[in-house]
Parts: sequence; structure tokens; C-alpha cells
Amino acid sequence: MDRAATADRIAELIAPFNKKGVEITDATTFAGDLEFDSLTVMDFVAAIEDEFDIIISMNQQAEIENYGQLVDAVVKLKG
Amino acid sequence: MTDLFSKFDPLIQQREGLLSTGVTDPFGLVMERVVSPTVAICNGRETILLGTYNYMGMTFDPDVIAAGKQALDDFGSGTTGSRVFNGTYAGHKAVEEALKEFYGMDHAMVFSTGYQANLGIISTMAGKGDYIVLDIDSHASIWDGCKMGDAEVVPFRHNDLEAMEKRLKRIPEGAGKLVVLEGVYSMLGDIAPLKEMIAVAKAHGAMVLVDEAHSMGFIGPNGRGVAEDQGVLDQVDFVIGTFSKSVGTVGGFCVSNHPKFEILRLVCRPYVFTASLPPSVVATAATSIRKLMHGANKRAHLWENSRTLHKGLRDLGFQLGTEEPQSAIISVIMPDLERGAAMWEALLKEGLYVNLARPPATPAGMTLLRCSLCAEHSAEQVQEIIARFARAGKAAGILPA
Repeated sequence: MDRAATADRIAELIAPFNKKGVEITDATTFAGDLEFDSLTVMDFVAAIEDEFDIIISMNQQAEIENYGQLVDAVVKLKG
Repeated sequence: MTDLFSKFDPLIQQREGLLSTGVTDPFGLVMERVVSPTVAICNGRETILLGTYNYMGMTFDPDVIAAGKQALDDFGSGTTGSRVFNGTYAGHKAVEEALKEFYGMDHAMVFSTGYQANLGIISTMAGKGDYIVLDIDSHASIWDGCKMGDAEVVPFRHNDLEAMEKRLKRIPEGAGKLVVLEGVYSMLGDIAPLKEMIAVAKAHGAMVLVDEAHSMGFIGPNGRGVAEDQGVLDQVDFVIGTFSKSVGTVGGFCVSNHPKFEILRLVCRPYVFTASLPPSVVATAATSIRKLMHGANKRAHLWENSRTLHKGLRDLGFQLGTEEPQSAIISVIMPDLERGAAMWEALLKEGLYVNLARPPATPAGMTLLRCSLCAEHSAEQVQEIIARFARAGKAAGILPA
């Protein structure tokens, strides 16, 4: 799966958590723009992990602030 | 003015807002005099204590107090030293012996607090490159231990066996794995399915740590905790516990059967770089632990109290943290912080103390009135507690008038 396909799949997974229908770009932040609280983060990360069969540890999550960084991290973790 | 305190501004404002309504500060209560494990004087009023974790009521046990006084006379007020230098007295070895007997395990290591026990064992066992898989509702001391050790931290949804297994499966081949669970989760008072979870952890080659802080003394046939109750204590690599609940003093510990366990005394920083417990504290702890081995009657009465309170509060119409009583903690769910604080204050005016618990300590942003029962609460006291909840609930508008 290339970056574009991964990005599309992640965008689909964000939808149910994007209650306010915020427009998703690489610069969209999870804490600021999407207003994810810690429980939402857990559920959202679990959805990503299950979809791509990867682990995104909390240490790695700390480095991921926006959508673009998440797509990059998933592409890298998928190898 | 902007400085390093600025990040606390939202909390300062929330607190000022709450106190400006005239409500008593729920986090500033003073126990002016303590009469017994279940009664204290607060604001000049005799108050039933229902939020102390003093599950077995050992704080005023005459044998426990006598042991503490004797140790003060014989060994002085403090050790002024680390366990690995001048801070190991006969009493520290004696309380570790008592713990080994209590749990039927080969090794016991005593820390100065329960917080330090989790901090020390977790950070020392799981380091850089290792993986810690833990329940999202874990205690702050567990999270802090994870952070301090620099391991990869992978949480899973509370008590969700399948979510735990998925994460264990994805850990890279060859990496060290530690699964961290609690017997009783202290916010809602619910227990973990340890039997199933530990089986899965072991199948994936993980070591297992179980924090039994809120079960010691009364859950399980010998009061060893939830792992004993579910028949899997022998599968647990590290049991973490505390002296500040059922034991009735302060301190923390880890017990284990691992043959290399003793090396931790030299490499565990929260054990090495702090002063050991005062002689009077370890003497009271050892006496209390030995008495808890024979506490079957008290255990039975505590369970009775827990069932009575759970049913009484549910019948009044309160929303509780668990469908059935699973421990000595009964959590009453409040609609929000403002009404939770109002209810807390109404209870205090009735002469009843419970814990007001709020985010981030609570799961899912809940405000809770957390009740912890004591084996020394009489059946009459429990009925009185239910009556006070009924009156306060109406006064605070939580129950229909």
C-alpha cells in the first residue's frame, strides 16, 4: 500500500471520530483541530492498529501530532 | 504574568469557580481527631469514615499499636538511611518474612510507599526496547513506572482480553514483554479477569505483574488477592502491594518467586535512593500482616457490609460503578463535578466522609463518590450510611425529592 492509499484508509478510519466534520489535511492536529481526548485517542489508535496490524506505542504517539505525521508513521511501521 | 505555572491556569480557574459557589473544598478536609478506624471528627462534627481504604480496620488494633510503641522505644524514630546502607533494621527483615509467609512466596522487598513499589519494579524490569502492555485504567504509579523505565508502552481498553491479546501478538519477536494488571481497579471497584488474562500473557511469553493494593487482606481464601481467588497466583511473576490500605500503616512491597529476584535490591533506584521506613512502621506492618492471616471472620463481615451498602444505594436509585459488589469499593457515579461536589458536601454535613474522585484520576471523565468499606463498620453503621445517602441525595438534588 503506497502513501496515498494508506492516507485514504486512515481518513476513512478518522470519520467516525470526527464529530464536527473538520476538514482533514496533513496539518490537521488530533488534540487541537479534532479535539481528541485521551479515551478517543485510545479507541482511534486501536482502530488504526487493527486495520494495519501494527503497534503504535504511546512513546511513538507522543511524536505524532497531526494527520500527515500519522500517515508517515503508519507507512514506516508497515515497512 | 506568564511563567512555568501558566499551564495550571485552567485548573486554577476551574477550582476558583467551584469554590466561589460556596461549596466546602473537597480536597482540603482536615481530620481533627480520629476516634477509631470508622469514626473521626471533621469540622467539629463526628463523622463516619467511608473513604479511607482501611479495609480491615487494623489502624487501632491494640497489638499493632503496642508493636509500634515498642519499636519506637527500642529502635528510635527513624533509620535515616537507605535499605542498602544503614536503613535495614531487624524490623525490615521481619516484615519481609511476614510477607513471604502471608503470600507463600520466596522473596519480598519492602519499599517506603506503594507508589515507589510500582515505580521501582516496573521501571527496573522493563527498560528501553522492552514492551509494557497495560490496562488503560492503571494507577498513576504504574504509568509513572512505565515512563521512568523508557520501555515501549502499549495500553489496551479496560479489562478487554481480546484487545490485550492483539497487542501482545504484534510485539516484535524477541522483545521483552511485561503485562501489568490490577486485581481491583480502585475507581469503580471492579475486578480483572486475571485467570484469562494471565493465561494469554503467559502464552505470549510475557512476565506478569499484578497490583493487589485493593484486595490484600480480604479477597481470596487467604486474603492474598484476586489472583489467589481465581487460582492463578502461582502464574504471577510480581505481586505489588501496599501497607497503606488493609495493613493500616504506610509502605509498599513486591513479592515474587523468581530465583533472581534479590538482585533488584541493588538496581532498583526507588528502593536504593530513599530512606527506609521508620522502625515503628515496619513493626506495626509485620504485626498487622500476621494478624491478617487469621482474619477470616473479619473478611466475611466486610463482604456482608459491601453487599448491604451496594444493595441499599442501588435501591435508593443511585447509579453505581458495578452491577454487583466485586470488592470493598462501591463507587457512586455523579452527573458532573459541580453536583458531585454538592453531594459530597451534603454527605459531609450529614456526618459521612467519602472520596470525591474526578478526572484525570477517573475513567471516561467521570465524577465519582467513592466509598470504601471497613470490616469494623458495624451493620448499624452501614444502615446509617444508607440513610445519610438518602437525605443528602435529596438535599443535593441527585435523588428526586
